Amino acid sequence: MEEKLERKATRRRRTPAEFIMENLFLLCALASIAAVAVITVYLFVSGTPAIFKIGAKEFLLGTVWKPTEGQFGILPMIICSVVSTVLAVGAGGVIGVMTAVFMAELAPPWLTRLLRPCVRLLAGIPSVVYGYFGLTLIVPLIAKLSGFAGNSLLAVIVLLAMMILPTIISISEDALRAVPRAYKEGSLALGASHSQTIFKVLLPAARSGILSALVLGVGRAIGETMAVILVAGNTPQIPTSLFDSVRTLTINIAFEMSYAEGLHREALFATGVVLFLFIMALNILLNVLTRRREKKNA
Amino acid sequence: METILSAEKLNLYYSDNHALKDITLPVPKGQVTALIGPSGCGKSTFLKTLNRMNDLVDGVRVAGLVTLDGEDIYAPDYDVVGLRKRVGMVFQKPNPFPMSIFDNVAYGPRIHGQRDKKALREIVESSLKGAALWDEVKDRLNKSALSLSGGQQQRLCIARVLAVGPEVLLMDEPTSALDPISTQRIEDLIEELKGRYTIVIVTHNMQQAGRISDRTAFFYRGDLIEWGETDTLFQTPADKRTEDYITGRFG
Ligand SMILES: Nc1ncnc2c1ncn2[C@@H]1O[C@H](COP(=O)(O)OP(=O)(O)OP(=O)(O)O)[C@@H](O)[C@H]1O
Ligand SMILES: [Mg+2]
Repeated sequence: MEEKLERKATRRRRTPAEFIMENLFLLCALASIAAVAVITVYLFVSGTPAIFKIGAKEFLLGTVWKPTEGQFGILPMIICSVVSTVLAVGAGGVIGVMTAVFMAELAPPWLTRLLRPCVRLLAGIPSVVYGYFGLTLIVPLIAKLSGFAGNSLLAVIVLLAMMILPTIISISEDALRAVPRAYKEGSLALGASHSQTIFKVLLPAARSGILSALVLGVGRAIGETMAVILVAGNTPQIPTSLFDSVRTLTINIAFEMSYAEGLHREALFATGVVLFLFIMALNILLNVLTRRREKKNA
Repeated sequence: METILSAEKLNLYYSDNHALKDITLPVPKGQVTALIGPSGCGKSTFLKTLNRMNDLVDGVRVAGLVTLDGEDIYAPDYDVVGLRKRVGMVFQKPNPFPMSIFDNVAYGPRIHGQRDKKALREIVESSLKGAALWDEVKDRLNKSALSLSGGQQQRLCIARVLAVGPEVLLMDEPTSALDPISTQRIEDLIEELKGRYTIVIVTHNMQQAGRISDRTAFFYRGDLIEWGETDTLFQTPADKRTEDYITGRFG
């Protein structure tokens, strides 16, 4: 009772400046929520009708994408997006986590101090620059080594793996550094070697942080457009080898949006809906992971 | 009296800080040796020289001799992993790993190559019994070790050390983070373990040192002032500083 009175009193004492600031914050928050809501609604409104017109099964499981002939199957793109993302996160994850272990546990401090800004710089490079790098280096290299045209699923995977490395490295390193020193001491005091301690205690203890890093990597990889468009080859087909020219969901939209009309245009929006659902699922997963970590720390 | 561990003219420097000065202290086998002294006098540092946990600290320098069964443990080719198996350590703050109770105790045997499930179960059970924790946790071995109380966690850490079959237990203020009942438990446990194990324990609690130890060593500002039978040291201290400390005049 008393508390309530007191709270009322403080509220009344609010100065005009505070009043303005508080509402400014509120306004900003509302604006960002509105932006998300508008995008979501717009995407679903313009995308879902196409799914019904084409037929959900034909759209999602159809293997032929020929808009001029009225064939709108995006299965090749779904497969390509999923395969390239999974393999890129697999490769980038292993390399990234190992790098993080190196930086957190093995490297001398001066080297870590040098590496960390480099990693941060890598994270800030615009994706079109990565794409250019892929086009002028990775693609020719693959072409030379394999004898096929270099624009391929493999090029996409290599490029995506490189692009997600910085995220995975920095988040995993933070997670490893957050592991209490006492765990490490406890393990070493039992006669464990340094590498046993890393694999059996430190990495498991940093598990949820590393998982979050991987999920963020997946989000970045599946949504990446500009870089992969330059190296993928962009043929809408189900890949049968790493050297096939491929097209991801994102490429599909970016590639054709500028000239598409009517149902074709709607089908591209529908592709966006599918992508959106993927990313939403990832976000939910990430939320669950972080919440579980918070609960554990509490 | 058989000596198992022994320091001779041991000096330790943290960069410029001369933290241990010419320490000569034999640790008798099967007995409890207590290390006492005011904060910052080098008790923990000395304890850590005995299983080379100081190796983890940057810029640390050790001179002099520490021997285990007559062997110089700071010799360049000495097997540190083997040393830490024989000389286990219990820390001031209980530090169980964030895994199940079972996995905590099985951790040591596993990393030392024990794969057999049945053997592991037996080791876990006997170690938990050895640490007087078995009855409290036998029904929830798969629960997280972090769900135990502080006192139980500390006994788990003792069990974890017992599981690798050490000969010496180093304990750095193992009860300072615990309530009186848990403290009593750990003291009883030490009483029970002595004889089978050689125990070196750091404590700030004079009564505790008096209750559980056979011998006591008094450290002061990096020097070992005196050491001997606990009763003798407490009743007739040879040095004025020892007397002042144990009677609570400083520290
Ligand atoms: N890792 C370290 N790096 C540098 N100096 C250290 C380190 N650990 C301890 N010292 C120094 O060595 C001296 C002895 O410290 P130590 O921790 O051994 O004292 P202690 O007797 O255990 O004290 P307490 O009773 O407070 O635990 C202190 O001067 C301390 O500052
Ligand atoms: Mg100490």
